[in-house]
Amino acid sequence: MSEQSYVRDEMLPELPPPATEVGVIGWMRENLFSGWLNTILTLAGIVIVYFAVAAALPWFLNSVWNANSLSECREILEGEAGACWGVIRDRFNQLMFGFYPHEEQWRPVLAFVLLFVAIAPILFNPMPLEMKIAWGGFIIFGLWLLWITGAPILAHLAFLVAGLALYYEPWARKMLFFSALYPFIMVWLMWGGSAWYVISALLGFVIGYLIYRLLEPIMGFLIAVIVSVLVAIGWWFFLAAPFAAWMAGIIPLELTPVESRKFGGLMLSVMLGVTGIVGSLPLGIVLALARQSDLLIVKTISVGFIEFIRGVPLITLLFVASTLLNIFLPPGTEFDIILRVMIMVTLFASAYMAEVIRGGLAALPRGQYEAADALGLDYWKAQRLIIMPQALKISIPGIVSTFIGLFKDTTLVSIIGLLDMLGLANAIRATTAWNGIIWELYIFIAFVFFIFCFAMSRYSMYLERKLQTGH
Amino acid sequence: MSSMTDTPRQPFRLSMLIYDSRYRSITIQVVALIGFIAGVAWIVNNTIQNLATLGKSPDFGFLLEPAGYDINQRLIEYHSQMTHARAAFVGLLNTLLVAVAGCVLATIIGVFVGILRLSKNWLIGRLMTVYVEAQRNVPVLLWIVFLMAIVSEIPPRPADFRSGEAQMLFDSIAVTNRGIYIPEPLFANSLGDVTVLKGVLKDSFYFSISLDLIVLLAVFLGGLVISGLIKRRADRIQEATGERPTTWYLRLGIVFLPTLAVLYMLGFHLGYPVLKGFNFTGGIHLRNSFVALWIALSLYTAAFIAEIVRAGIMAISRGQTEAAAALGLRGGKIMSLVILPQALRIIIPPLISQYLNLTKNTSLAIAVGYMDITGTLGGITLNQTGRELECLLLLMLIYLTISLSISSVMNWYNERVKLTER
Repeated sequence: MSEQSYVRDEMLPELPPPATEVGVIGWMRENLFSGWLNTILTLAGIVIVYFAVAAALPWFLNSVWNANSLSECREILEGEAGACWGVIRDRFNQLMFGFYPHEEQWRPVLAFVLLFVAIAPILFNPMPLEMKIAWGGFIIFGLWLLWITGAPILAHLAFLVAGLALYYEPWARKMLFFSALYPFIMVWLMWGGSAWYVISALLGFVIGYLIYRLLEPIMGFLIAVIVSVLVAIGWWFFLAAPFAAWMAGIIPLELTPVESRKFGGLMLSVMLGVTGIVGSLPLGIVLALARQSDLLIVKTISVGFIEFIRGVPLITLLFVASTLLNIFLPPGTEFDIILRVMIMVTLFASAYMAEVIRGGLAALPRGQYEAADALGLDYWKAQRLIIMPQALKISIPGIVSTFIGLFKDTTLVSIIGLLDMLGLANAIRATTAWNGIIWELYIFIAFVFFIFCFAMSRYSMYLERKLQTGH
Repeated sequence: MSSMTDTPRQPFRLSMLIYDSRYRSITIQVVALIGFIAGVAWIVNNTIQNLATLGKSPDFGFLLEPAGYDINQRLIEYHSQMTHARAAFVGLLNTLLVAVAGCVLATIIGVFVGILRLSKNWLIGRLMTVYVEAQRNVPVLLWIVFLMAIVSEIPPRPADFRSGEAQMLFDSIAVTNRGIYIPEPLFANSLGDVTVLKGVLKDSFYFSISLDLIVLLAVFLGGLVISGLIKRRADRIQEATGERPTTWYLRLGIVFLPTLAVLYMLGFHLGYPVLKGFNFTGGIHLRNSFVALWIALSLYTAAFIAEIVRAGIMAISRGQTEAAAALGLRGGKIMSLVILPQALRIIIPPLISQYLNLTKNTSLAIAVGYMDITGTLGGITLNQTGRELECLLLLMLIYLTISLSISSVMNWYNERVKLTER
């Protein structure tokens, strides 16, 4: 029996881990000082952070908000280093809206918040729970924005209804119609004038579609498409304007017209980015399909266009917009510079978009194409029902990063003299009140861009995780 | 037994152009071609009409007229009486200079940051994330003007060096608010220059190359070639006998000793910048515009390169490292023989397209007044001569040529390293 006395028949209580392995010390040993290299890196990092903070923190802590000029700001600071955020407060409206008339500024705001209503059904389908909560917050934020810019009660209501509709499942899918309508609503809100011009432009699409549906069973696909396109073009060229004028005479739906040379600031960047992406999506799809097709001539034209646009810097295309585009059009055509820039930005984005979508098309397994053929679908039906829905879904992260790139590139318009935020910064620095201010404006602009782009890139990452159907 | 026969050949009817898939593709192509040609013809026609109204017919003759403006940043001889073509050439060289310098610096920073982002060190990982996100989410143009503000506001004035308020770094580099002055390489027994293309097209494209540089490069490259031969011989011996002769000192000597000897014979020494009057003279003057553009583009592109490097390294599965270790390879060999060849295959194509982006972004030089090809040909020349069509056409062609050459290098590389499957 005595030999068995060595055998323990119950477990000892666990000892706590050594103090150097747990808690703050353990974490630091593992993550900061796990070897000589890591220790050196950590110390270097601490030095960098220290210098950065030591240089910037006092400047930030000494911020002056209530000054109307740089000299006033310097008086308040009494020679100490400090940030003059007064310039942001003083010129905030201008940095956001450019020279858009003050009493009309609720219109860009409404267009901006409706933009989210328009893209939400595309981006979140169906809405996850946490998005539903965030969406509620966004509705309140949007209403507040509308309220402080003095929007009429009707604008509040329209936004509220559109926003709440996304909560109601049966309607949420139908809100895709709103997404399709949104570009027209935006055009009307931003430029103003009679709503009937926009509506009659939209009617062209509706008429074309109706004729296609009517003729397709009788005359076949190709003729139906040709006839409907011709009728729609005929409508736009000859009937749309008289119709709009006539309707405006009966039921006036007027907003004060705003010329596009008054657009500026953040609003201009968002406008250019959104029109660029919205316009480039259909163009990009066509270009991508053309590039993938077996038809040699079609393919060559598409490759030539894409490689040309991707081979030259955006700034040269903007130069073309500012100096040459009018020369390419029939004599006497006069376009506003902002419209010209929008056209060029759309062409620019469509080349990049085509490559993104081509990537999506190439990523689809070959079997999908073959299955569509085996079902007896013709080319367009196969594209519409089988290929494009999947290819576009795969390319959404790419589309989002194209949009981020495009949104950042809108700052380039300041070089050809448009007043986006960067252009306005130079203009503000040239005024007597703020002559000599440097850092505050740049930091503010960088901050605004950062918020937008960072949010979008996070969304894109979320989407990549969601779409990842592999293991 | 049944036999299949071909469906009887139908005589060609006009409707087959639309409904028969054999002919339809031809129809579509012909229609597309006609549409394309019509579109181009429309634009050309409009252009001719508009230009006729404006009274300027397309003409490239202006390129050989005197430019009449100065360019402060130049790699080759230039003065305002030289031609517009010469100014454009100076600009093109400036573009290439900042593009090449930017690619080199961006690669160095990007690789470091990419590897550091993977480190387990919490602080470094966070710092690198902040750097990458800050660069990627803010427009590059903003970074360029921001850096321009930094380099022209923060460093001391040249006069401060006289009063002793500011010091030169290592007694040789002066960082001032007018630019950075660094030592220049000089040769006491210089061999002189060779001048090429003198007298062609009113002296528009001539340039000089230092013979010293050619000799040095030739000797250095010759050393590299011989070193390669030594390596191949060592490989052969290893294949045959299994023993690898030690060659590293031989190879190192072959590469560097002749080069150093030539440097000595040419009388290589450094010319230091000296404070004279209100400014520094001597040495190489890196202008603020160049420094700002170079650093901003490098930092911006480096953030993208860092992500590419990180993704490339992470894409190589752990199993590869373990398999290589199981074969008995040591750490360095695992890296050079197993991990890097596979990671580079993933890294290099997007890396080259980042180089392409950087090269295109050099056109933003115009925002800080660095005279690149956009600033000369697309800027001052365009405004002075009013030849928008010709200038922009040339400008786009030049950028297109640069881009297409970079992407053809990429395609060549992709072809070479492509995995051959089934």
